[in-house]
Amino acid sequence: MSLNILAVDDSRTMRDMIRLALQPAGFNVHTADDGLHGIDVLDGIEPDAIITDINMPRMDGFGFIDAVRGQEKHRATPILVLTTEAAPELKARAREAGATGWIVKPFDPAKLVKALQMVAG
Amino acid sequence: MSTENDPMAEIRASFFVECEELLEALQDSLQIMDDGAEDSETINVVFRAVHSIKGGAGAFGLDALVRFAHRYETVMDEVRTGRMEADADALKVFFQCADHLSDLVRHSRDGGADPAEQSNTLLTRLNALMGEEGGPTESEPEPEIEFQPMGLALDLAPLNDGSLDDLLDLDALPPLGDLPDLPPLALNAPKTYTLHFAPEQELFETGNEPYLLLRALHELGTAQVTCDTSRLPPQQSLTPEQPYLSWTIELETEAEEAEILSVFEFVDGLCTLKLTSGDSDDMPSDLPQMLPADQTTPTSTPEPPTAIEPAPSPAPQPAAPAAPPKTQTPSAAAAVKSVVRVDLDRIERLVNLVGELVINQAMLSQSLEDANLPPHGDAISGLEEFQRLTRDIQDSVMMIRAQPVKSLFQRMSRIIREASAAVDKDVRLHTEGEATEVDKTVIERLADPLTHMIRNAVDHGLEKPADRIAAGKPPEGQVKLTAAHRSGRVIIEVSDDGAGINRPRVLQIAIDKGLIPADSQLSDSEIDNLLFLPGFSTASTVSDLSGRGVGMDVVRTAIQALGGRIAITSIPGEGTSFSISLPLTLAVLDGMVIDTAGETLVVPLNLVVETLTFAASEVSMIRPGQHVVRVRGAFVPVVDLGAELGYRAPLTDFEGAVALLIVHENGSRAALMIDNILDQRQVVIKGLDDGFFRAAGIAAATILGDGQIALILDPSDIITNAAQHPQEPLKAGVSA
Repeated sequence: MSLNILAVDDSRTMRDMIRLALQPAGFNVHTADDGLHGIDVLDGIEPDAIITDINMPRMDGFGFIDAVRGQEKHRATPILVLTTEAAPELKARAREAGATGWIVKPFDPAKLVKALQMVAG
Repeated sequence: MSTENDPMAEIRASFFVECEELLEALQDSLQIMDDGAEDSETINVVFRAVHSIKGGAGAFGLDALVRFAHRYETVMDEVRTGRMEADADALKVFFQCADHLSDLVRHSRDGGADPAEQSNTLLTRLNALMGEEGGPTESEPEPEIEFQPMGLALDLAPLNDGSLDDLLDLDALPPLGDLPDLPPLALNAPKTYTLHFAPEQELFETGNEPYLLLRALHELGTAQVTCDTSRLPPQQSLTPEQPYLSWTIELETEAEEAEILSVFEFVDGLCTLKLTSGDSDDMPSDLPQMLPADQTTPTSTPEPPTAIEPAPSPAPQPAAPAAPPKTQTPSAAAAVKSVVRVDLDRIERLVNLVGELVINQAMLSQSLEDANLPPHGDAISGLEEFQRLTRDIQDSVMMIRAQPVKSLFQRMSRIIREASAAVDKDVRLHTEGEATEVDKTVIERLADPLTHMIRNAVDHGLEKPADRIAAGKPPEGQVKLTAAHRSGRVIIEVSDDGAGINRPRVLQIAIDKGLIPADSQLSDSEIDNLLFLPGFSTASTVSDLSGRGVGMDVVRTAIQALGGRIAITSIPGEGTSFSISLPLTLAVLDGMVIDTAGETLVVPLNLVVETLTFAASEVSMIRPGQHVVRVRGAFVPVVDLGAELGYRAPLTDFEGAVALLIVHENGSRAALMIDNILDQRQVVIKGLDDGFFRAAGIAAATILGDGQIALILDPSDIITNAAQHPQEPLKAGVSA
């Protein structure tokens, strides 16, 4: 079964890398450029997991997670946060917002795949 | 494209493209801050630009870039959060850092001299802004670049088609960070561990799933999972979102303890977890049944629609959340333009094909003409439609390649900063017309000449602050850079409000260097144009800045190679202005096909204001070899094209001669005498490569409809030359 993933990141490079890491592993990757765009894209798909960046224009990752968790059907959708920092307070803040887990950039493709399988089955 | 089969190389290339965009946004926002017009989003844009560059650089193991961007980002974060004020001095450093960041990006992309020294200098300055002493080595900890190798050591079942193998270029990756360094799966004897795992409510609220965790454990070895249902209340009093279950897992695995715990990384603090190794004596034996965990997960129960307040974490968090989640102001929402990135080579190919189409269409016209078809027949009107379409296609293709000059202007603002710092002058750059679009290839090739002109303006154009004050001017010099479309060409002007050209000195230097005869009587404009002579350099002492052995003659040559021209105007005490006039595109032009001394030539149509037929009485000789013609009451110099190009001796009888009235950039006019006008049509510009002698007055060549090759003239050049050497015709050397 191929999993549907929504990846939200304002950096094209990062979106490309996520796509490159996940597609060969059989994931179906949708992307969005920022939080607001992510909400839009989310409307038309049923993601098995969401990956989101934190620092983004228009709506940042925390706002995005908040909005996603606010939707009844996405209360339990796994959300991984992409962060450049390994700082504990950032992880705590991401978790507070409702993130399921985190991936530290630069990520290792195998690790990302592993993490997604860990949270999304 | 060589990178086509290497997705990583492709992403890397696209990363550098993105960097350019981010650097542009960075420059823009810093400029807005410098102008004092920023809002709360401006600093966010700055921060994100640096942050994104850092993020991508990390992915490609560009350590130097990451290290610098990290510090820069940290400082910008201070500004963003209001802990630090971006005053004028700080902004200066930020600009320098932005410049340096773009150097680092380019260094990472193209190699070349390592800018490490500058990194350290700027890192020290950034640290100073943060109120920290000392250089980067003492106070700058390496940014944490985490890389977690555990996935590699584990089961890669979904990846074992090998497609990802080449992505895992470990050598290129940054050093490992703070996660447990796991040794590759050692061939240890399997050990037995016992885990007690009891999820808290928040584990579910964050979208985690015990079943998947148990499954991950199972992948590590042989797991015996026992579910403890003892806390499960009777069904009528069951709250669906309360966690009641806990599990005991008996795991026989070769994996280390840290690896087992890493399975629970995301739920650390959201559950009670106890890991014991060795004998399994302490395993609760009163619950021997094995349950498939997925049937017992609380979240599988339908949830009531009531909103659940996020419960405070029962387990102590590693650190308190720093601030409430923040959503950035939607006011800054910029409409996301939908764009496609296309390899320039492909566009180049399209441009060439359109060029061929234009030639082909010309040939078709020619053969239809030769066939003597009725003028209003289907073939002719069809051809007209074809011509119109060809032109539309061509315009559209050119539009693809057109780019605003903004990026070029941004580079110039950096040149200004560096140049003014080097000579200790305060200079402010004003730009206008940044949105003016010019062919991408033109923009690229303009960078060098423009850089030189800007440096010249700062170094030679503007006076020293003391002299400016003495002249009653503000100490801060102004340099203005403008771009505009004017009559089918792009005009780019560089002007300063300096002292203007010191004409007596220029004249003296030219005479001293033997560039002109000592008794030359030159007009002001002619003196100004001496600057363009090869071997002319005004600085009596070569300065660091513009004294690099490159004179304005090189600038002029570069501009001419683009089919452009450069003109200079100067007013003593008020400043100097250089004006570059460029064709919109390097590919096609509207031309007038003419005949002179049996040669077919093309004159760019936009320079021809009108065509004339002389009567001998209208032409008068003002000195031997130089004639003027009366055109509507004004005298215009006559230039005999055939003679100027060396095709034949100068004409002496002007009766019935045909001439093109050519207008110069500076507004002066001249009558270019030719033998006949043949046609007016679009021609495809075929550049004359280095194998050809560069003859003055010849811009390029083209292929006409009948397959004949014709030279495209630069009439302004011809007329200027004719005015400078009225008695000796140019040796064009192009009689072929």
